[in-house]
Amino acid sequence: MKEKTQVADVNRSIYDIKNEEKDVYRVKEGLTPEIVEQISWEKKDPDWMREFRLKALEIYHKMRIPEWGPSIDGLDMEQIVTYVRPNTKMQAKWSDVPEDIKRTFDLLGIPQAEKESLAGVGAQYDSELVYHNVRAEVAAQGVIYTDMESALHGEYADMVKRHFMKLVTPGDHKFAALHGAVWSGGSFVYVPPGVKVDIPLQSYFRLNAPGAGQFEHTLIIVDEGADLHFIEGCSAPKYNVANLHAGCVELFVGKNARLRYSTIENWSKNMYNLNTKRAKVEAGGRIEWVSGSFGSHVSYLYPMSILNGNGARAEFTGVTFAGKGQNLDTGAKIVHAAPNTSSYMNTRSISKDGGVSTFRSSVTVLPKAKHSKSAVSCQSLMLDRVSRSDTIPAMDIRTRDADIGHEAKIGRISDEAVFYLMSRGIPEDEARAMIVSGFADNVSKELPVEYAVEMNNLIRLEMKGSIG
Amino acid sequence: MAEEVLQVTNLSVEVEKKEILHGINLEIGRGETHVLMGPNGAGKSTLGYALMGNPAYEVTGGQILFGEKNLAELSASERAKEGLFLSFQNPLEVPGISLSNFIRSAREQRTGERVRLWDFRKELESKMELLQMDYSYAKRDLNVGFSGGEKKKAEILQMLMMKPQLAILDETDSGLDVDAVRTVSRGVEEYQKDKDGSLLIITHSTRILEALHVDMTHVLMNGRIVAEGDATLISQINENGFEQFE
Repeated sequence: MKEKTQVADVNRSIYDIKNEEKDVYRVKEGLTPEIVEQISWEKKDPDWMREFRLKALEIYHKMRIPEWGPSIDGLDMEQIVTYVRPNTKMQAKWSDVPEDIKRTFDLLGIPQAEKESLAGVGAQYDSELVYHNVRAEVAAQGVIYTDMESALHGEYADMVKRHFMKLVTPGDHKFAALHGAVWSGGSFVYVPPGVKVDIPLQSYFRLNAPGAGQFEHTLIIVDEGADLHFIEGCSAPKYNVANLHAGCVELFVGKNARLRYSTIENWSKNMYNLNTKRAKVEAGGRIEWVSGSFGSHVSYLYPMSILNGNGARAEFTGVTFAGKGQNLDTGAKIVHAAPNTSSYMNTRSISKDGGVSTFRSSVTVLPKAKHSKSAVSCQSLMLDRVSRSDTIPAMDIRTRDADIGHEAKIGRISDEAVFYLMSRGIPEDEARAMIVSGFADNVSKELPVEYAVEMNNLIRLEMKGSIG
Repeated sequence: MAEEVLQVTNLSVEVEKKEILHGINLEIGRGETHVLMGPNGAGKSTLGYALMGNPAYEVTGGQILFGEKNLAELSASERAKEGLFLSFQNPLEVPGISLSNFIRSAREQRTGERVRLWDFRKELESKMELLQMDYSYAKRDLNVGFSGGEKKKAEILQMLMMKPQLAILDETDSGLDVDAVRTVSRGVEEYQKDKDGSLLIITHSTRILEALHVDMTHVLMNGRIVAEGDATLISQINENGFEQFE
């Protein structure tokens, strides 16, 4: 794989393979108000959204590309086709989903069983939601799970308007602005007060079209005393064109509510993953992030939790795997903005074959957040001498009444442990994969078993270098 | 018994460019139990590691034949598949894989066949009962948070489940209380019952040997075998220590 793939390298013939790219419409490369208007018109946006997009576009043009992290020089927004829509309308039943799209899902290995058993599958094909089914029992509890486009027009349109990009605003950074201008697809979830959703809601976001950006928006509101587990899984086939993912996740956790947001991301190795995720937690509420970051060429990903009410809690459990040609800059941010709030970060990062893994943690404790507690633990594993791992902690503590801890460990695979496993007949590469999987067990133990298995398979594949 | 399982000829081993073993000769027949004794630092564990194929232990001379195979050409995992087993003095903690799943995949590697779950579980339960291990340990991550005694029992459990042709027990009795030594030695007896598997018990004390049948005793000092004999040599060492061989 090339270090930086210029779009000039694009071989147009790749557009003709796979699913023949039956696009209804593909915007011309480059980003103008006309294009944004056109997107808005195509999506039948309400007026406020059209205006929102145009404002976001202005902000986008004014802002600078971030320069403090890994290089994204390989990305040329003027050249990237930002919006691709498959030739299919929203599907209520799986049997109505076109065959070529089903085939792509098969190639991605989505088990058929999941389609029946999962609470709701919103599978995003290119930039559009093609399949979306909420199981009756979840809807019966009053839970709304729909695609963002429908949410803009449905019963909850006002709620969406009140929350949309209020947590992550377009002025946040250049790619948040871009997202605001061209966002497309994604999920909206509303859990009414006191409702405990027993089964995890699951969603897949996948990129298929070469050169297509992916800008899905996820908005989840868990009302007072409610409980939800949302799982987002990503993977994408590999193409030789620079790809950009600038999604946005906004999570609102009400008083005494709990939201667990689990992600396994496995982007193709040419992807620029510049994703923004943020949660605001009210008094007594709790956000639990579980995050496995694989793939992508460059990632910037730092889910942020704002502990806004007394006793709110945040937990972040993550693992990052940076292999050959990858520079993954990940971490988590916590803002303690109320008394008696607590946060716990437990992360592992793995780097291999020259991969670079950087972990940034940021803990802010505001003056009013008295008696708050925060503990950060990060461990890194470097699998060879050419890989790199950095830990960059930042703490801004503005009260004396806070209990703050930070520990970081960097290590290598113990030869003794490899020998131990080998002495039981486990071949060396398997033994190493076993140890690395074990190192990432902070995340796999938090995932539902089928996702944990998928993650361990990913690790095994990464260890054998057979991906990308 | 004439059939040799292990034949070590004039074996020299270096660790970090320093020669630890100087020309070891050792022959173990099928079903035999040998004891390797010697004071701390004599090179006993080095011999165990070298036989198992730890890459940090470099064989600089001589050869190791395991059955028909020349072990020099085999990696540790290949040696295990041939039927060699080493019980570690300090078993390592491996998070993320349960003891039971680990033993299962190790056995599948050894036999090349899929293990039948039900039979496997039955067998595991009965061996764990013999070793007075609570079955909950099977579900726990390999050695993670196990006490010293439970780690050693888990090693013996692996030996019983893997059914090696030759098991090397490296200081399996060290750091154990009297009851644990008795339990572990019961596990070793169970292995001996089979009459097929051979044993090389490395130890510097004699506690674990009290209840076990021993065919041969070798005394290792300063990287050389200085004395050999039958089981009576053990009681001699018990009385007079290793100094008599200096």
